Amino acid sequence: MRSRGPLGRILGEHPVGTAFVTPYVVFLAAVFAYPLGFAVYMSFHDYFFTAPGAIVERPFVGFDNYVTVLSDPAVRRAFGNVLVFLVINVPLTVVLSLLLANALNAAIRWRTFFRVSYYVPYVTASVAVVGVWLFLFNSNGLVNSVLGPLAPDPSWLVNSSLAMPTVAIYVTWKQLGFFILLYLAALQNVSGDLYEAADMDGAGRWQRFMNVTVPGVRPATTLVVLLATVTGANLFTEPYLLTGGGGPDGASASPVLIMYQRGIEQGNPDVGSAIGVLLVIGVLLLALVERRFVGKEES
Amino acid sequence: MKLKFAGLLIGAFVFLFPFYYMLIGSLQAEPDPSVGGAFPSPGNLTGHNYAEIDQAIHLGRSLLNSGIFTGGVILGTLVFGVLAGYALARLQFRGRGLVFNLMLLIQVVPFQLLTIPLYVLIVRSYGLADSYLGMILPFLINSTAVFVFRQYFLQLPAELFDAARIDGASELSILWRVAVPLVRPALLTGVLLTFIGPWNEFLWPFLITKQQDLQPLAVSLSNYLTTVSARAANPFGAVLAGACVLAAPAVTLFIVFQRRFISTNLSSGVKG
Repeated sequence: MRSRGPLGRILGEHPVGTAFVTPYVVFLAAVFAYPLGFAVYMSFHDYFFTAPGAIVERPFVGFDNYVTVLSDPAVRRAFGNVLVFLVINVPLTVVLSLLLANALNAAIRWRTFFRVSYYVPYVTASVAVVGVWLFLFNSNGLVNSVLGPLAPDPSWLVNSSLAMPTVAIYVTWKQLGFFILLYLAALQNVSGDLYEAADMDGAGRWQRFMNVTVPGVRPATTLVVLLATVTGANLFTEPYLLTGGGGPDGASASPVLIMYQRGIEQGNPDVGSAIGVLLVIGVLLLALVERRFVGKEES
Repeated sequence: MKLKFAGLLIGAFVFLFPFYYMLIGSLQAEPDPSVGGAFPSPGNLTGHNYAEIDQAIHLGRSLLNSGIFTGGVILGTLVFGVLAGYALARLQFRGRGLVFNLMLLIQVVPFQLLTIPLYVLIVRSYGLADSYLGMILPFLINSTAVFVFRQYFLQLPAELFDAARIDGASELSILWRVAVPLVRPALLTGVLLTFIGPWNEFLWPFLITKQQDLQPLAVSLSNYLTTVSARAANPFGAVLAGACVLAAPAVTLFIVFQRRFISTNLSSGVKG
């Protein structure tokens, strides 16, 4: 044991550590903590853009901005749209990434090839991949040529009941590689003894999967569900580009897209902030429900 | 086994086909959305789409802007992130636990919520619109990379540090001379991981750059996609050519260093 002076007890053994983390802490404060507080502040005041340095009065308006937001049909529709998105995206992500990770875990041949091909969409810019999806899914695109008479009319991205599901499938496809790798890591921690015990009991392959694999990766499933929900709630680029700004007629508008339109395009940062605060509260509530629901057998 | 392998093959096709189609589409003189168009036909091949997109959005300038934006973030992460990661792993100081918990908390704060206040602060209060600094600032230190650095520094043997401290070396020289050379693979992982963030980022640079000659490629390409492409002779060809140029660096880096990317996600995703 090393003896420490009174100064050491206050600052710790290596006070220079404080200096080392200072730039990072300042960064976190300036880019995360302060803007977070500022967003809440703006949402309760009549805040508008001014020239830099101008001093103007920005009166406290209570819940006025929230009333504006909640009585705006476009906002309500966007929150409904993101729910549709999550209902499709989250279960599809969990099921497909677990099945593919499980298959990949057992694969002997071409493991690296499969791993790389699943991960490539995740590392590519959405702006680039959106270009090719537009080409594939437009009215005369390859997908409709393959489907022939089965092609939907109006086509995928301009059909008000298919636009949001198509966006949800696009995002599932793009993010899946990340979640496959998460599951792949979790599968390494499932004990081999459990599989042996299941084999001794004469369990079939499907029973093994349902009774050993699925419960074995439950903590990873909780993480996948939460991360997919947070990513989905942040949806912006895809409706902005894939469906031309949330079209047709707002059918695929997301809350972040409306937040951008109200807050920056139309110059009402106070209203935009209120949408953001509501979105975060919604995500937190949803995450709590999901944790209870998915993680219930954990404890 | 056969069923699983078939599933994996179908999966690989679904994931890779759009990339193949991106390349084919970028080389077609006339867009051919028929099934036959998915195969290269010698009569319909051209490099003209690349010239077209280059003329419309100045590929070189856009790539340079993407490079400066990404390079700035990587530099900030390497300098400040390594310092923070080392301190969190190896130094006892007041508030260490707090900083560590903050770092984990940051991972779940949705960045999009912060876009409006950050826009007001950076564009309106500090007047940093249309500047590289304004672009880089919100991404300056990648928290996932800090976490990876910390994990690698933690794995080094304690005796190494004790010996250097007994020799009277300062913490900064221990970090620079002893620790950093031992965690070079972590630095590479951190760089790769940080690279895909700003290189692919759309919303933030889109908000703060109105001048075309400062826009990164993701922004100039999307502006072309939403406004200009309707007037072009072969809009899909030009968009796909731009998409290939935007995708190529990230995909190439990932394929070359694929093991690094994968171990990153394993450690940060599951052990975190």
